[in-house]
Amino acid sequence: MISTKNVHFSYGKGTDFNFPDVTVDGGDTLLVTGGSGKGKTTLLHLLGGLLKPQSGEINIEGTNIATLPSGKQDSFRGKNIGLVLQQAYFVESLTVEENVVLASWLATGKKAPQKAKDLLEQLGLKDQLHKLPSQLSIGQQQRVSIARALINEPKLLLADEPTSSLDDENAFTVADMLSSLAKQFGTALIIVTHDQRLKDRFPNQINLT
Amino acid sequence: MITKIAWRNIWFKPLNTLLSIILLTASVAIITLLILLQEQFEKKFESNVEGIDLVLGAQGSPLQLILSSVYQVDAPTGNINYAEAKQWMDNPFVETAIPLAFGDNYKGYRIVGTTKDYLDKYDAQLKEGKVFKQNFEVVVGSTVAKKMQLKLGDKFYGSHGDSEEGEVHKDHAYIVTGIADETGKVIDNLILCNIPSVWAMHDHSHGHEHDGEAHEHEGHDHDHNHGEEAHNHDEEHNHEGDVHEHEEHEHSDADNHSHEDAHEHHDHDEAAHNHEHDETHISEEGKEITAVLLKMRNKPAILSWQMIIPMNTKMQAASPGKEINRLFGLFGIGLDALRYLAYGIMLISGISIFIALFNTLKERKYEFALLRVNGASRFQLLSLVLIESLLLCITGFLFGTIVGRIALVLISGSSQEEFKMSFNPLEFVWDKEGYLLLLTILVGIVAALIPAIKAYSLNISKTLANA
Repeated sequence: MISTKNVHFSYGKGTDFNFPDVTVDGGDTLLVTGGSGKGKTTLLHLLGGLLKPQSGEINIEGTNIATLPSGKQDSFRGKNIGLVLQQAYFVESLTVEENVVLASWLATGKKAPQKAKDLLEQLGLKDQLHKLPSQLSIGQQQRVSIARALINEPKLLLADEPTSSLDDENAFTVADMLSSLAKQFGTALIIVTHDQRLKDRFPNQINLT
Repeated sequence: MITKIAWRNIWFKPLNTLLSIILLTASVAIITLLILLQEQFEKKFESNVEGIDLVLGAQGSPLQLILSSVYQVDAPTGNINYAEAKQWMDNPFVETAIPLAFGDNYKGYRIVGTTKDYLDKYDAQLKEGKVFKQNFEVVVGSTVAKKMQLKLGDKFYGSHGDSEEGEVHKDHAYIVTGIADETGKVIDNLILCNIPSVWAMHDHSHGHEHDGEAHEHEGHDHDHNHGEEAHNHDEEHNHEGDVHEHEEHEHSDADNHSHEDAHEHHDHDEAAHNHEHDETHISEEGKEITAVLLKMRNKPAILSWQMIIPMNTKMQAASPGKEINRLFGLFGIGLDALRYLAYGIMLISGISIFIALFNTLKERKYEFALLRVNGASRFQLLSLVLIESLLLCITGFLFGTIVGRIALVLISGSSQEEFKMSFNPLEFVWDKEGYLLLLTILVGIVAALIPAIKAYSLNISKTLANA
């Protein structure tokens, strides 16, 4: 479970963000919406430990990541936070399976090839295991990045516009997979999006203004 | 795992990688080749020169004298009078004096007249057989025996002079009585006999040439061979006669002549009792040799003789150490130029690695950001970039050492043919090649430093937000 309190972030030059407090329990899904420039991505990066707030608390399973030193933040993020980005990035020279296994190794120091295989199969990528990421379609790539985000069974899964570059069919598939897997692993899921299609699907929403 | 990613990454851009590796291989190969050549060349030169303080020979280029008489690579400067040389050889300052007489070759391998001291000087043990005693008995060096497949008791004819194509001395066959062990020195490529053999062969050929002017060449040759086969004693007689003629031809001094004549006569009388003994004791009077290798007892004499001998005689005394240093100095310039070229190529390969890493940095920053999102630390990214560069460098180094050695094998093949000097490609000069490895690694680190630091300090939030 994740909860925030009075999170404030400033890029300087007058762009200040005061974010509303959010609380999401394991297995639940929160949709964060808002126009561009309202700090959606900033909030996501704050929650994912990629940015540090100037003030406020971000508690993930009892750990305030706002005060973690940056080295510890990397390993905490690896173990406890999964990230799915608008565009999927990979280590281009590694295969799909290796990319997912790599995430398990980076976070825990151990490789989990079986788990990676199972996850990818569950996401319908059984035949793509040994392909290079660049050989996959965008929808498939997005599913691989979901598998990679979940390989370490994180406490928090963050998704940044996961569906905006996908067509309707793929968008719904990805949205379904995200929420069902979050339930399966007991992960708190936060989706940042302006995608109208998702707003009807996830009732639990906050709107940044 | 990081190493594995690095390895996959460098082969993901095979052209960039290939360029860097080829450049590195080229520079490492050249430097390795130079290291090996210089090391082995100097070792060979120094091992052959050991125990020789001075070389006595005909006046001319001292370097040529050293090259011809110590290393057997150049033509001799000329001949010296044996009697005159003997005076210096018997000087109390001299510890050992090894006379050398060149004349013939067998298929390009020099036949050198000398004494047993020559074998001892190079610590050449006999693998088989015994040291030459009688005329035309020879001890062959290990390489000669191997290449020419000579065995004990084999007979062969020598050709006059240095070149294989020289006139063949059909009158006397050399007989192999000993085969020397491998020494790694110049002696491996020589055929050794006693000095009178060379004189006998040489005198004979002079007489032969002399006769040839008067009579029809072919006819004479035929007749003579016939005589040799039928009447051995006659042949000996003829031979002595030729020596006589030769002396007469070269020295018109009457006193010398009569003395010579008497001496010859005496020898010939003895021949009736002991034919073989006679052969080894051809008169030394007026005979010529090519050079004398001297080891001095008195060190200051090494310097003073270099001045005294050319002033008082028609000979010179050359110091091998001095001449070899001069030679190294001469082609040292060429070696240095080649070395700078190799370092230049290495610099370029470093720049090539730098450019390759730096160029891909832009497209790879998302990959780096992603690795960080997945829990990679800054340090892991730094090491990823460094390892990629180091893998290139180490691969280049390995290829370079191999290519350098292949080049050495090729050079060794041609130098073996031309100079009878071979190089060992499997020798490792650990310290110098170790430095080369360190240098290569240093190039890799320097080239990767800026890209690695950029990866290290990457702002992941900014990178991902601007995607």
